Parts: sequence; structure tokens; C-alpha cells
Amino acid sequence: MSTQPVTMPDLNRRVPPLGGFNLTFVRLEVRRMLRNRRTAIFTLIMPVVFYFAFGYSQRNTTVGSANAATYIMVNLATYGAMVATMAGAAMVSVERAQGWSRQLRLTPLRPVAYMATKVLTAMTLGAMSVFVQFVVGAATGNKLALDKWILCGLAAWLCAFVFAAMGLFVGYLMPSENAMQVMGPILALLALLGGLFVPLSVWGHTFREIARWTPAYGVGEIARSPLRAEHFDWASIPNILIWGVVFAIGAAVLFRRDTKRV
Amino acid sequence: MWSANESATVNAMNMTPSGPTVGTVNALELHGLHKHFGRVHAVNGIDLTVAPGEIVAFLGPNGAGKTTTIDMMLGLSTPTSGEVQVFGFKPIDAVSRGLVAAVMQTGGLLRDLTVGETVQLTSTLFVDTRPVTEVLQRAGIADIADRRVDKCSGGQQQRLRFAMALLSDPALLVLDEPTTGMDVEGRRDFWSAIRQDTERGRTVMFATHYLEEADAYADRIVLIREGQVVADGTAAEIKELSAGRVVRATLPGADHASLLALPGVDGVEIRGDTVLIRAAESDSVARYLLTQTQARDLEITARNLEDAFIALTGRDAKETAKPMESAR
Repeated sequence: MSTQPVTMPDLNRRVPPLGGFNLTFVRLEVRRMLRNRRTAIFTLIMPVVFYFAFGYSQRNTTVGSANAATYIMVNLATYGAMVATMAGAAMVSVERAQGWSRQLRLTPLRPVAYMATKVLTAMTLGAMSVFVQFVVGAATGNKLALDKWILCGLAAWLCAFVFAAMGLFVGYLMPSENAMQVMGPILALLALLGGLFVPLSVWGHTFREIARWTPAYGVGEIARSPLRAEHFDWASIPNILIWGVVFAIGAAVLFRRDTKRV
Repeated sequence: MWSANESATVNAMNMTPSGPTVGTVNALELHGLHKHFGRVHAVNGIDLTVAPGEIVAFLGPNGAGKTTTIDMMLGLSTPTSGEVQVFGFKPIDAVSRGLVAAVMQTGGLLRDLTVGETVQLTSTLFVDTRPVTEVLQRAGIADIADRRVDKCSGGQQQRLRFAMALLSDPALLVLDEPTTGMDVEGRRDFWSAIRQDTERGRTVMFATHYLEEADAYADRIVLIREGQVVADGTAAEIKELSAGRVVRATLPGADHASLLALPGVDGVEIRGDTVLIRAAESDSVARYLLTQTQARDLEITARNLEDAFIALTGRDAKETAKPMESAR
């Protein structure tokens, strides 16, 4: 036992504001996500490849009153935003599986701040995905008024929050090293159901009615609305609100369970 | 053979450490701590006070409740009942202030970051931190800062966790099996780094299976078993607790009954002219023998800590009367 007098440590220390949430952390997270080749390909490159494969060739046809290539470009930007926000948020799943979230509990980062970091990282990736798609679209001759570029882009990006919430929900539902390997195909299926790959008009009536209530449909419909290509389906608004609230509440409930147990 | 007094008292020993100056707050206080998982009582009423600057080893067999207790100290889980205070704060508030940091067995690392990036990322979460290069150096991994975590050995990853724990310059450092995966040299470097910091007043609490580590590096050893503290004291005190020391002397015509009646004597064996006395207070027995009797060739041998550990934490710990090795 030490007998020499012990200098009392300084206990007057500061607690970081916002539960440890900070933008440097978000920036490092985004960089880390993009360094992952698989993530970079699926969020930034694949939608553009799809555009060249299925959209660019349609540049001389129309969908309703809009250019078909532009219509497809917006759909694929929406798909890109879906994948990107999901990939960002579903990192919760990977990090829980690897025990990193537990390690973070030994830092001032509060679990809520961790979740906020994940959402912001996810939304940043989503914005990047939309931006890349639109830059490629603009460079390959899509003509839109500036306000329509901005409105379409913002709508595709902001509505993709539904998929960030879904990613968190999945992330807290199951700790898994390969959450995105599971979610990738599910997202592709949702995009197909949501009319992002093929117009819903090609399907039969019953199928269309079901598809109208899937989340990607609402996001795509709202993202395309500034194009005024077709009659706007007002059901898309309650659609994304309901899905957004369902996933957010689901994520919040699982999150609370998770932080109690660790 | 040994006669009488075989039930060496091992339970409920509570040697309170000589605390530091009055008026200071304790580094760690556990009061009536319980943690139940369903029917399993992982922690079953632990009271513990650790003064600033102490190095305390937390020893116990697997499943004794060490990690569960440490989790509660760090706010990773909440006690079923009882209270934890770290420098007077709730654990989570102590963590937020960087007052307590830990190297956990289970703490995961991101495999796709480099060693340096991991520390840099962690440092953004604290208000005040030591420089990244400094903690890498102290943890002995400055040379592998650019190595990806998944390319690091288990020992290197453990040093990385240590570097992360040093970032906030914590007043209390909690280590759960800290040197797992390190080679002998790494272990020695690790402990010398820990020692340097404790000289500057850092409190350290570590759980370990390496008994020699507890013996060599701790000021104080807390033994736990089945979620309760079974012994608490210096390494020497713990050794004495299990079987005491053995005093051996040549004493013709020794009187068995009077030797056994001495205070602190647990057992007496007489083999011809040789007398073997097992005692918790070997000093007073030796003094008695040398001053009050004709005893000569006196020898005192200590049990090692491993014996104490097994005796105090083993399944049959309640009957610690262990057969003594023949002195012959």
C-alpha cells in the first residue's frame, strides 16, 4: 500500500456539449464509410451505372410531360439516396456486432449522440449520392430549370430519411457484421416495388395498389413531383410519414432496450 | 497431523486501507452492490472503497462477478441494488468527464481504421485530451500508427485500447484482464507505463488471472468469489489469510497444547524434535518461540499467492485446511 501522500486528481473537468456529438467525428465517419470499396460502389457508382444502362438511352422519349432520361435519373438518385442512408445507418448493426458501440460507452459520447452521428453520416452519404447522380445527369444533357434540380434533389435526399430510420431500426434489431449484404437485396426489391426501376404501370392493379404503400414509392413519387411528369399521388405523403414514424419509433424502442442492456 | 483450529478464518476479512488525507473524495465507492440476472446472483453484496492513488487487483475465478462489477463501475450496466460512486460522481458522469477510463476485454475496435485513426477518432469525443502521438507513445504503439487494426496482433490491439484509455488522462483507470495476448516483454512494458502514471496519483483497479501480476503490481488485492468479497488486503496479508505462514523450529519436548493455545495459531504438528506451527500471526509465534522456549533453527515460510487464491476462491474454500507440505 502506498504510504506517500497522494496528490488529489483534478476533479473539476468539463463534460463535452451535445453529449459528445461533434462534426469532426461525423467527417471521420463519412471518410471511413467512403473508404469502404463496397459502400462507395453501391452508393455512388452503381446508381450512375444504372443510369447509363437504362436511362441515358431514353433521352429522346418522354414519360408524361417529362424527359424519360431525366425521370429515370431522379428515380436512380432516389435509389442511391436510399442505399446510402441505409448503409450509413445500418453501420450501427456492424458496430454493435464488433463491440465498438460498447467501446464508445467508455467515452463521453452519449448513445443519443452516437445515433445522431450515424443519422448525420447517413444523410451526408445520401446527399453525396444524389449529388453525384445529378452532376452526371447534368453533364450528359439533362435539361432542368435550376429550381427543379434543387427541389428534386432535396426531395430525394430528405425523404431518404425514412431509410436512415429503417437502417437504425435494423441496426438495433440485429447486431450483424453483414447487415448491408442482407439489406442490399431488400432495398433493390423495395425500389422495384416503389417504381424506381420500372414504372408501376407495367404491373397489374392489385400489385400496384400494394406497391403504393411501400416506402420507396412514397419517396420516389415526392422526389419526381417537381418534374410534373404525371398526376401526383397524394398518398405518397402519408406513406413516407407513416413509414418514417414507424421506423423512427421502432429504432427508438430498440435503442432504449440496447442502452439499458449494453 | 494437524489438530484442532483447522477452520482458518477466511471470510469477511476487511482490512480498510489507510486512506489518504482527510477531506478527499474516494476514487471508488461500492455500497451494497447487487446484480442479478434472473436467478443468477452475479454480484451479491459488494462493499468496497478505493482511495486515490491505490493500485488494486481484483482477483477471482471465472464467473466470480469481476467483470459484472467492473461494468457497473463504468456505467455499462446498472446495479440491481446498491450504489457506485467514482470520485463522488455517478459512473456515467465520471466517464463523461474523462475521470475514469477502462481497458475492457470486450471492447471492440473498428477493423477498417488504422491505429492512429482509432485514437484520433476517440479523441474528438472528449473535451480535453492528451495529444494522440503522446498516448500512442506511452502505449508503445507509435511505430504502428499507420497499421490497420485488423492487421494488429491481439497484444497490439490491447495496447491500442490502453492508448484510448489514456486519452482523457483519467484519474481512475480500470483494466479488465489488461495483458491478455501480450508477450512477456509487452506485459512488462505495460506495467511500467502503468506504474509511471500511478506515481503521479492515478488510481488503478485491474482484474487479472495472472496471480503474479496481482502480487507484483498491486498495493492491495481484493478477492471475490460468488459475487462477494472474500478477502481484502495486501498481497502479504492475503497470503497469510489462506494458510498463514508456517513456523518451523527445533524444540525438544514441545508442549502441543500450550503451542496451540498461542494467539493466531491454526495448527501444530510435532515430529520428533521438530515443531511445525501454522499461524496467521507468524511473527508473534516466532517471538514466543525464541524468547519463551529453547527453540532454535527457526524458519518461517510463506505460502505463495497462488495457494491463497486457490484456497480462498476454490469450491471448497470454506474448508481451507490444506494439507501442509512436509517440512522434511
